[in-house]
Amino acid sequence: MIDREILLEKMKTSPYKPMRGRIMEAKMLSDKEKFFRIELEGKINLGHEPGQFVMVSIFGYTEAPISICSSPTDKGYFDLTVRNVGVFTDKLHKLGKGDIVGVRGPFGKGFPVDRMFGYDLVIVAGGLGIVPLRSLIRYITYHKNDFGHVQILIGCKTPKEFLFQEETKVWMKRAEIRLNCTVDKADPDWTGNVGLITTLIPGVDIFPARTYGVVVGPPIMYRFVIRELLKKNIPEHQIIVSLERRMRCGLGKCGHCQVEGVYVCQSGPVFDYSQLKNFKGECHEKAA
Amino acid sequence: MKYATIKKEDLNRWLDHLKNKARLYAPKKKENLFIFRPVKDVTEITLKYIPTILPPKKYYFPQKEKLFKFNIRPFKTAKAIKEFEEYILFGVHTCDIAGIQCMDVVFRDSPEDPNYLNRKDKMTIIGIECLEYCDKFANCTSMGNHVPRGGYDLMMVDLGEKFNLHINSERGEKLIHGVDYIKEADEEDMFNLEQVREAKKKVFKEEFNASLPKVYEAFDKRFDSDVWKDVGRRCVACGNCTTVCPTCYCFDVLDEIGLSFNEGMRYRIWNSCQMDDFAKVAGGEDFRKGRDGRQRHRYYRKFKYPVDKFNRYFCTGCGRCTRTCMAEIKLVETVNALLAEREGQV
Repeated sequence: MIDREILLEKMKTSPYKPMRGRIMEAKMLSDKEKFFRIELEGKINLGHEPGQFVMVSIFGYTEAPISICSSPTDKGYFDLTVRNVGVFTDKLHKLGKGDIVGVRGPFGKGFPVDRMFGYDLVIVAGGLGIVPLRSLIRYITYHKNDFGHVQILIGCKTPKEFLFQEETKVWMKRAEIRLNCTVDKADPDWTGNVGLITTLIPGVDIFPARTYGVVVGPPIMYRFVIRELLKKNIPEHQIIVSLERRMRCGLGKCGHCQVEGVYVCQSGPVFDYSQLKNFKGECHEKAA
Repeated sequence: MKYATIKKEDLNRWLDHLKNKARLYAPKKKENLFIFRPVKDVTEITLKYIPTILPPKKYYFPQKEKLFKFNIRPFKTAKAIKEFEEYILFGVHTCDIAGIQCMDVVFRDSPEDPNYLNRKDKMTIIGIECLEYCDKFANCTSMGNHVPRGGYDLMMVDLGEKFNLHINSERGEKLIHGVDYIKEADEEDMFNLEQVREAKKKVFKEEFNASLPKVYEAFDKRFDSDVWKDVGRRCVACGNCTTVCPTCYCFDVLDEIGLSFNEGMRYRIWNSCQMDDFAKVAGGEDFRKGRDGRQRHRYYRKFKYPVDKFNRYFCTGCGRCTRTCMAEIKLVETVNALLAEREGQV
């Protein structure tokens, strides 16, 4: 709690000045994704909600919004996983253990874990969607008594892009978790499912009124996965999504992340479908 | 003293007095248009002007604002601006004052923006009320900004041989305190002020074909209107409209590194939602593709979204976006077309 107050005080004096974050560990998870474990100055805990994000600074290269992929129950550090897609992330990928980055945040609203207590969960991760969802899954495995039955569906294009493979094996061993993976295109070593992630949903056995569906992935995936979850009669407000948008400030000012009247960086990135469906046209994630 | 007067022949004396108190910005002519500039010579100031090319926002929300200094190795940040200086904005139209009020609401909204608030804190506003239209592009009457509604320290009204001054704050009071040629307004002055306001009612008429609540309703219902497709076809995505808008505040962040390659400065710079990469994410998805969607977004950020959030229209009626548009997209025309389409559908 005290850490939270330090962070808020820093925000008040200058919300644009980043804190010092030291990279404790860095490793490639696949060809394009790199994992970072970061410790803040004074070993302050971010005290984030699963699903929130930070603005990461590299001086000379400005900033980018990055999802936190560790749980607030992981103390003394936080984790990020970043795909190399542009100038900023390319520079970030060149950094390693001992290097310093700037950190602002955490920002936005995370997954509503307090409301999800006592419910069954269907967690659907497409591609990089597993990154923010890892924060939720780690939170759930820490508070294992609080949630009902947890089903995790993971989909990616090829087995090479399958992130956190070792950790996934640990999750699979847990009694309360059922985990299922699929790839769009298999390679010779792949023994699991082949096909789009939507094909896994009809087979999922749920009691809709007491189930939360949590979906994170690219816009095209949302459109079809949400449709499948609605078919399963999960109420709209129990379908949870996280939106990716361009962001420059995290403070609800710069305008880039706006979906119609809503600033995703402050009101999101996590929304439920009853909010999403009211968007008229600027939300590519609406159900098809 | 709530109202005072100053003779026109004493105006320049007073301006010299103001210039000595704080940095003074005022409108002056530039070729066939007008701009706000720091005042060197008070005789260059003009009070008969159509809205300046850029609104005074360039002083309280600079095009390139220093956020902080940084040092790469060792990692360090420091204040970029030691002290913000006192300044007076002189001769501000009521539309631009409304623009400042809009910005106040945005940057005070949690989380607060200290850069804006620090500058705002040092600002004194001396307004001038328009008694006739600047040109045919303004829509201040529909927006209710053709008359002063607070947000200033002093408001000047031209009464012929003198100006009436409405003193609206302690800060305003200080600027006329001890100035012997500024007199308390008498009954005749107040009568004249009323006369001027009465006469004004005959000049200023609502420019939209319906009242504001109807305009809001049209925006609420016509998100998919053909009006946006038409505007999008004509738009050249130059971003002029957002640059000159007194209530556009979107920005980007920029780092500049010094010659040592070690220290530098982080800035925020004006950005425009009309630029094609504005809502594009690194992975390639563009959430507001197309000029029609981007123009619609600009209009909705004036007539719909801020009304929902702050109960405040973010169009001030200054007419700048219309004046500057290379494709001749006219705000009044667009809004009226939207209204007409709505009625046509009923």
